[in-house]
Amino acid sequence: MMDLEPHVISNLVTGALLVGIALIARSVRRQRLWREAATQLWRRRRIAILVVGVYLAIGLLDSIAWKGGVPEDVVDVLPNAPLTLIDRAFLGSREASYSAPFADVEFYGGDPLRNPGSHPLGTDILGRDVLYLSLKGARVALLIGGLTSLIAIPLALFFGVGAGYFGGRFDDGVFFLISTLASMPGLLLLIALIMAMGRGTVSVCVALGVTSWVGFCRLSRAETLKLRELDYVAAARALGVTEIRIVLRHILPNLAHLIVITFVLMFSGLVLSEVVLSWLGIGVDGSWGQMIDSARNELSREPIIWWNIAAAGTALFGLVLAVNSVGDAIRDVLDPRTLKEAP
Amino acid sequence: MGAYVLRRLSYGIGVVFGVLFLLFILFFTVTKPDDIARRALGEKAPPEVIEQWKINHGYDRPLWPWQDWDDNLLFDHYERMLTFDFGLSDADDSPITERIASGVGPSLSLTVPLLVLGILVAIPLSLLVAFFRETYIDRMGVFLCVLAMSVSMLLYIIGAQFLIGKVLRWYPISGFDSNLLMLPRFLALPLIVGVLSGVGGDVRFYRTVFLEESSRDFVRTARAKGASEARIMTRHVLRNAMIPILTNVVLAIPFLFTGALLLEAFFGIPGLGSITVDAIAANDFSTLRTMVFIGSLLFILGQIATDLSYGLVDPRVRFE
Repeated sequence: MMDLEPHVISNLVTGALLVGIALIARSVRRQRLWREAATQLWRRRRIAILVVGVYLAIGLLDSIAWKGGVPEDVVDVLPNAPLTLIDRAFLGSREASYSAPFADVEFYGGDPLRNPGSHPLGTDILGRDVLYLSLKGARVALLIGGLTSLIAIPLALFFGVGAGYFGGRFDDGVFFLISTLASMPGLLLLIALIMAMGRGTVSVCVALGVTSWVGFCRLSRAETLKLRELDYVAAARALGVTEIRIVLRHILPNLAHLIVITFVLMFSGLVLSEVVLSWLGIGVDGSWGQMIDSARNELSREPIIWWNIAAAGTALFGLVLAVNSVGDAIRDVLDPRTLKEAP
Repeated sequence: MGAYVLRRLSYGIGVVFGVLFLLFILFFTVTKPDDIARRALGEKAPPEVIEQWKINHGYDRPLWPWQDWDDNLLFDHYERMLTFDFGLSDADDSPITERIASGVGPSLSLTVPLLVLGILVAIPLSLLVAFFRETYIDRMGVFLCVLAMSVSMLLYIIGAQFLIGKVLRWYPISGFDSNLLMLPRFLALPLIVGVLSGVGGDVRFYRTVFLEESSRDFVRTARAKGASEARIMTRHVLRNAMIPILTNVVLAIPFLFTGALLLEAFFGIPGLGSITVDAIAANDFSTLRTMVFIGSLLFILGQIATDLSYGLVDPRVRFE
């Protein structure tokens, strides 16, 4: 594994994720409950799902990278650096400094641009195309939301289901751990974790994971406590099914809807927390949060440079709104408790 | 009741010890005293300067009790935190307790009005939305809530400061003055931004609570006996929804002291939030761990207070 380069690993992970998504899609199609839920979801939130799809596609295009194939005359790329499809689409688009959207000349000084009229969202202080940066941010945001959920949800399930199902000492221990973690103010614990582990994408995701698993752990523990008393679990136990198998076949599938709901609702919260972390200087490189943070002082320039903060803010808002709206609909479709809301 | 209070308190003390242990792991073992010294003094500090700094800040002892039972950092950490002797800042050697004391006033002057205003805005709005459930108004309201929740707090702040300070040029957008006449001028904008960014989530949460209550039998009975919808909402639904509302509010109280981090830092209010943000920028670990400890302590106290106050709000609740 050690001799693989980062971009190869990233390509492999992307491939594995695609296969995973395909497998999930297949099992959704096979089971009637999930198929109907998916149909209803599509009927309710068509636009939001399409928007999320666009972000996913952009993130995907930015995840597949390979070396070589760069024309000789391109200057601002390291030789032999792996480039993604998005990188390749914006090769050589770099200018010397600011330019306004669709401008022909630089913002200050008025020198002609290298690529006049080709920056629909302008360029930033270093002359980078803002559209390019905004598109790159999609992958970072998906990474923050996705990787963190992949850390937090299994952790929460392991402790929550274990504590709820087996009870006893393990339950006491887990409950104490949850109360301890839940007592520490979220943002402060997050900051403390990142300060202690050092800055970087992985430590931000781990810290976000550690601070966000507690709620779902509590929920899955409570649900497991309920499920374990049900007749079919007792029946399975009477038939001599092993404990592990009961948990895997009879408990976990009944938590599946909660997993889906939590994943989606957690996702947008995580993306928003990263913005605050970026402002504190402990965020993830290349995120929309960093774009917003680095652009916020430029609003006080004269004339106002608004396009980079507007682009990053809109991209962030679009993703979070779409995910929130899909999440709401998923909860309505999957969680029968909310059906009671109707009078 | 007495036994319950005692048990609840002792569990709270246990959690305080757990929090302190976690802080010790984070700030003494994951980040070793040597790292802290190096971050305070710079990467190229000579070893003898680092040793001297560690002695000055009390970091020169072994970490664990089994290394030296009488003189170790773990016991010292517990002792100092529990006696509120927070020591010196790692960054500029100022006493932490004094800084915290000076930050409490400004923090409270922002966060108390913020909490009250937030409740005063969110509860009537959510009652209104719940009153018009399953109608166009309800759907619009929920959509607006999701919209408001989807904007980053940072963007709210930047947007508001830009509008007031740059476009309209009304008044300085950041600053603080303990003079009561000048105070509202500096607090108005952070308050508006704070309420705006929190109202979406709150209204949605309270709406769900109200809807759950309004499908209960006693609501149907009240309707059958001819009570007006407005009376049902205020008398029957609101009163029975007090427990979740109370939980939500009491759990927010600890944040009054730790302060609204972003709001304070952006609007130049020298409260506890600003102290924390400065500590992050300066790699000031001792201040940071003190702030986490105080925040957690207040949160634990808040939780205990919530649990005990259920009985006051809802006589049906019995303590066992």
